Amino acid sequence: MKIKKILSLSYCLSGHPTLPCNVLKFKSTTIMLDCGLDMTSTLNFLPLPLVQSPRLSSLPGWSLKDGNAFLDKTELIDLSTVDVILISNYHCMMALPYITEHTGFTGTVYATEPTVQIGRLLMEELVNFIERVPKAQSASLWKNKDVQRLLPSPLKDAVEVSTWRRCYTMQEVNSALSKIQLVGYSQKIELFGAVQVTPLSSGYALGSSNWIIQSHYEKVSYVSGSSLLTTHPQPMDQASLKNSDVLVLTGLTQIPTANPDGMVGEFCSNLALTVRNGGNVLVPCYPSGVIYDLLECLYQYIDSAGLSSVPLYFISPVANSSLEFSQIFAEWLCHNKQSKVYLPEPPFPHAELIQTNKLKHYPSIHGDFSNDFRQPCVVFTGHPSLRFGDVVHFMELWGKSSLNTVIFTEPDFSYLEALAPYQPLAMKCIYCPIDTRLNFIQVSKLLKEVQPLHVVCPEQYTQPPPAQPHRTDLAIDCQPPATSYRRAEVLTLPFKRRYEKIEIMPELADSLVPMEIKPGISLATVSAVLHTKDNKHVLQPPPRPAQPTSGKKRKRVSDDIPDCKVLKPLLSGSIPVEQFVQTLEKHGFSDIKVEDTAKGHIVLLQEAETLIQIEEDSTHIICDNDEMLRVRLRDLVLKFLQKF
Amino acid sequence: MDHECARLLPAVCAVLADPGQPVADDTCLEKLLDWFKTVTEAESSLLLLQENPCLVELLSHVPKLQDVSARVLSFSLRLAGIFAAQEDCFQYLQQAELLPGLFGAAGPLGRAVWAVPTVRSGWIQGLRSLAQHPSALRFLADHGAVDTVFSLQGDASLFVASAAGQLLVHILALSMGGRAEGHTCPRDDDWPMCAQKIVGHIEESLCSTDTPRVTQALNALTTTFGRCQSPWTEVLWEQLSPLVARLLERDPVPAPHPLVDLLLCVARSPVLGSSDRGPWETAAQALSRLAPPQAGPLALGVLKLQLCPQALRTQAFGVLLQPLACVLKATSQGSGLPGLLDGTSEDSVVLDALLSSKSSCAGLLCRTLAHLEELQPLPQHPSPWPQAPLLRAVVTILRLCDGSAAPASSVGGRLCGTLVGCVRVQRAALDFLGTLSQGMGPQEQVTQVFAVLLECLERPDSSPTVLKKAFQATLRWLLSSARTPGCSGLGPHTALFLPELFPVLQKRLCSPCWEVRDSALEFLTHLSRHWGGQADFRHMLLESEVPELTRQLLQDPESYVRASAVTAMGELSSRGLHAAPTSPEHPEAQQSLLPEFLHILSADSEGFPRRAVMQVFTEWLRGGHADVARDTERFVATVLQVVSRDLDWEVRAQGLELALVFLGQTLGQPGPHCPYTVSLPKAAPPSPLAEALGALCRVRLFEFAFRALFDCDRPVAQKSCDLLLFLRDKTATYSSLWEAGGSPDSASVEAALQRWQAGEQDQLLGDLEPEAMLAALRSVDLEGLRGTLAQGSDHVEKSPQSLLQDMLATVGILQENQADCY
Repeated sequence: MKIKKILSLSYCLSGHPTLPCNVLKFKSTTIMLDCGLDMTSTLNFLPLPLVQSPRLSSLPGWSLKDGNAFLDKTELIDLSTVDVILISNYHCMMALPYITEHTGFTGTVYATEPTVQIGRLLMEELVNFIERVPKAQSASLWKNKDVQRLLPSPLKDAVEVSTWRRCYTMQEVNSALSKIQLVGYSQKIELFGAVQVTPLSSGYALGSSNWIIQSHYEKVSYVSGSSLLTTHPQPMDQASLKNSDVLVLTGLTQIPTANPDGMVGEFCSNLALTVRNGGNVLVPCYPSGVIYDLLECLYQYIDSAGLSSVPLYFISPVANSSLEFSQIFAEWLCHNKQSKVYLPEPPFPHAELIQTNKLKHYPSIHGDFSNDFRQPCVVFTGHPSLRFGDVVHFMELWGKSSLNTVIFTEPDFSYLEALAPYQPLAMKCIYCPIDTRLNFIQVSKLLKEVQPLHVVCPEQYTQPPPAQPHRTDLAIDCQPPATSYRRAEVLTLPFKRRYEKIEIMPELADSLVPMEIKPGISLATVSAVLHTKDNKHVLQPPPRPAQPTSGKKRKRVSDDIPDCKVLKPLLSGSIPVEQFVQTLEKHGFSDIKVEDTAKGHIVLLQEAETLIQIEEDSTHIICDNDEMLRVRLRDLVLKFLQKF
Repeated sequence: MDHECARLLPAVCAVLADPGQPVADDTCLEKLLDWFKTVTEAESSLLLLQENPCLVELLSHVPKLQDVSARVLSFSLRLAGIFAAQEDCFQYLQQAELLPGLFGAAGPLGRAVWAVPTVRSGWIQGLRSLAQHPSALRFLADHGAVDTVFSLQGDASLFVASAAGQLLVHILALSMGGRAEGHTCPRDDDWPMCAQKIVGHIEESLCSTDTPRVTQALNALTTTFGRCQSPWTEVLWEQLSPLVARLLERDPVPAPHPLVDLLLCVARSPVLGSSDRGPWETAAQALSRLAPPQAGPLALGVLKLQLCPQALRTQAFGVLLQPLACVLKATSQGSGLPGLLDGTSEDSVVLDALLSSKSSCAGLLCRTLAHLEELQPLPQHPSPWPQAPLLRAVVTILRLCDGSAAPASSVGGRLCGTLVGCVRVQRAALDFLGTLSQGMGPQEQVTQVFAVLLECLERPDSSPTVLKKAFQATLRWLLSSARTPGCSGLGPHTALFLPELFPVLQKRLCSPCWEVRDSALEFLTHLSRHWGGQADFRHMLLESEVPELTRQLLQDPESYVRASAVTAMGELSSRGLHAAPTSPEHPEAQQSLLPEFLHILSADSEGFPRRAVMQVFTEWLRGGHADVARDTERFVATVLQVVSRDLDWEVRAQGLELALVFLGQTLGQPGPHCPYTVSLPKAAPPSPLAEALGALCRVRLFEFAFRALFDCDRPVAQKSCDLLLFLRDKTATYSSLWEAGGSPDSASVEAALQRWQAGEQDQLLGDLEPEAMLAALRSVDLEGLRGTLAQGSDHVEKSPQSLLQDMLATVGILQENQADCY
């Protein structure tokens, strides 16, 4: 039943397609989809060294800045009006404290358990990295446009520095995380009775999800950070994405030209080459995610390459929790790993690496690590931006020797920019970004499989990368063409169906007598009161006809109910002209002429000077003041029509 | 036919003729037919039938049986055909009125059993054997067999249809066979009726709109021109070529593949290909009319012809080059493509094929590259060969595949999108690029080639198969660039390229993918084999970590990689490249590889590395490797001892090869009759015989060879037999000196040999004198053994008696089983 036009709007708050932040206004709910934190602005700052670095502090014209983060535009929308936030993976929730704290946000955040736990680890690590090197002073006046203009490049070219914020505190993190409600895959969550949201496995990371947002007649799929590769997480649920009206597609691979398998091979080869040569390998990374796969690859590779004696170090404030958490989320893992749990064996082989002392983990370089440290070795540590965290120390320590290698595996930061403050650098640099998210070939396969009516995606995905304009294969290719959006744009989603589901009360349903008007189609007229509450619509029986009241009586509230007088029957069917003329003749009319018109026929009763216009949806009897004749003719017309 | 077979035959015929008796299987009947074929080739069929009336009985009985099995009926048809191939026997069977019952209308033709393809196939094959003489032709005509064959051409069973086509051609050739050679008949009016009928049928089929019928006719013609080289084929072609040419005017051209086959077959025919009545015009028309995927094979075929009009060759080469020209045109800035089809006209068809879909684009390019690759080394390849544009095209294709090309046009952009990451095209392009190394090219292009090869080798996402091809192409270019005239040493390109190559090679040797490690090792082996002596190369290799990495791969978990590492290290070591001469960090690097290899030989669980070690050891012994030359006897003794216990027969066979090399070095080279030519170090003259025999005893070569003589694997035993024969010939003079004395030990040796022959291999010989060994050597009947070994292991089972016995036995067993049931 078509009752209203539903306005579905999508607000894009982030310009970074892999760290999305969109707001969907759908059926009177306001849903924020992800809140990724774009930290590339940290590259404008100097590294935060763990030990005072004379070199870094002596660089002219640079000032050390403390915690910084880039928060995406929020002027577009009042955050206090956001009803819910749906998180698709732990990388896409890093801005959560900025959204939920100090903004008047009162809604609920939905995320899976691994997302929350690992997201907490990532935030904890970030806060820890920033807070353990407190700054004596902090400056913000430079953000003034007039001052910024005078700063050296690239700082003076940075856009919207006013939106750069200090890093949040642990307290804010805890408060933000307390607003999260845990959900499981395929769990249906009702939002105000209007919308149902469901997380689906997206195959990208532990607990990563795509979301289905649907009403009775509309279905929006939100696909963010998905992977079709066989890595550790549960495989992507594609089937449930079928029959979507709109599919919002974000979080594709950032390096579409790099095949993850090739990159892992490259990673292993370069690692082996360095270590065999007596050098150390530094891998700047996040404490969760790809590192599990890398450790698994190394587990298989180091023995075969004769590197079993080379220690692997994993240094992060959350290293221990990350390694242990990964082992307990069995239900969120791929089938292979799940089945190991029943043996019982730890699902990830890094447990064995730890057991055999090949992999050691430390909260930081201080303490035990300095006692155990043995070279040559492989160190996994954060932060991938090389601006804070223990990685800064290793860059300083190993940068001078060409025997050592730094291998970049996280695609979030430009490795050349990340390395800039460390130049000149003797150490070898290898860039093998491993991004298991969907590439364009996989996207086109997915879209063929899922067949959404419309695809909505960031504009970056609709054209080849600027550096490779001829690579038309590096863009989404679908029919109809995808609707694209850019940062701070508001998009009206193209919905075709605009219906609402309405329930009919049993007693009302009892009173209906459907009549078959065509084989398979029955109709019944309904007179009822439409009752709407909490986005649920119910047809109730009309109240008893009110006692006839005198017009003088004051209008009561119940008078607003539409009059329930007996309605004229509805007519349906069409009038076969030939038979109609025969009937007219039978009833004594003669001298009948039939004219064909564009819309139907005109039957002329010349003697009676009367005209019967028969059109597809109307019949007019035009006669001069002869009501008797009109009624007679009307009854003849009605004989051919069905009434109900 | 021997007596025993003749005795068994009636029983077998009775079994076959009895529908209640199950026939063992098809292979028995096939073997039986084969046997009859050999018998009839040697003796008169007529005699055979007269001596064995059971056969005639079988042939007359089987077609009359109501519930005859299809297999037996088919067998009888084919058997009758074999017998009737001889004219006197044919007459004999005719007199007995057997043949109409088999092949005529009264035969299986009209019966239900005709629905079984085996029967139809047997009928055709029987006639095919039978149709050898004019009487047969009359028989065919009388019984309307040719019409049946026409209808069988469209049979549902492909085998039957194909055989029918063959039979038709055979009948045509037979009926024309009576024509005198050299007597050309301008018209076919005076051709035999049968031939006219067949030609008429083919003509009719060629005009048909039904593509399968056209295909049948074309196939029949292809067979005819391929098989018959008589002058009448020229007349036939003259008569039919207008019809063939008319096929090309239809849209779409029906049956393009058979058409191409026919044109090429006619062109290759010595009668037609050399005359000016050849198929040249039609071929030219076909080249321009056929779609690129079909025109390509025709063009290649035309270019491979020895004799062919130049204009057609030019056209054909143009067709082959077209797709590459399109690629170049789409990707280059300028419109002119000097050297490769200037001003092409009909490239829209090719372009459509390239752009229509990924699979059609990849298919067309792969085929084109493969055709050109096939063409390049041929002596008749087009000249001038457009080396430079071809190089540019291949380099462009490789760049399109790896996404590094930046095409200017939109067509180029679409090509790039289609080809990017296409492994199939990459492989084909690299293969062709390797072939092009024979012609080199302008300096800057060679630089480009090396650059694109290096990129391919460096790319992290190159697939292992592409890498293998890239390594192969690189090797070919490196070797041919070093061969450039006036170039001493490595050549300018190589000197620039190698320093960049070694880091890539190092990385690939560490690849987690074993196929990549393996191809990198193979590449290294080839490179050092060719350049091991080059000072620059030696210097660069020793500077790199490649030797050390290679040595580490001896412990690789993958056996193929271990095997390749063994080969590579063996090669490096032969040239003193296995480790840097003085490196203080790796004092162990100087160590000899010998103990390591011996360890692999005795302990590796897989056969491949052990085989590789044996090959390296053989090479070392041949080349006088320092580690081996230090104490050759001890080396050979150790190796033979280890190898004799090996479970892999190839390792044992390789052990014999090593023994043979040692033998050659101690006793002098094997004679020219022996294929194992040995390049002996000149410094080692054959020692006096007594001393040499002493050495052979000390390394226990006799014991090893005698054991191998009774090896359960025939190749090992054969090889050992050859070796011992050589040894016996060499020591013939020596032995005669000792003949009189005899030796007490020889008895024990012979006893041991007998036990070995009986399978007791753990018996040891102990230290024995050469005389005892020689005595034992003489006592063994090596020639007899060689004869036995030369026969297949199944020679006993292959005999006809055995076959007949088997057939009877199967029936017997089956009957027993039946009895068991009650």
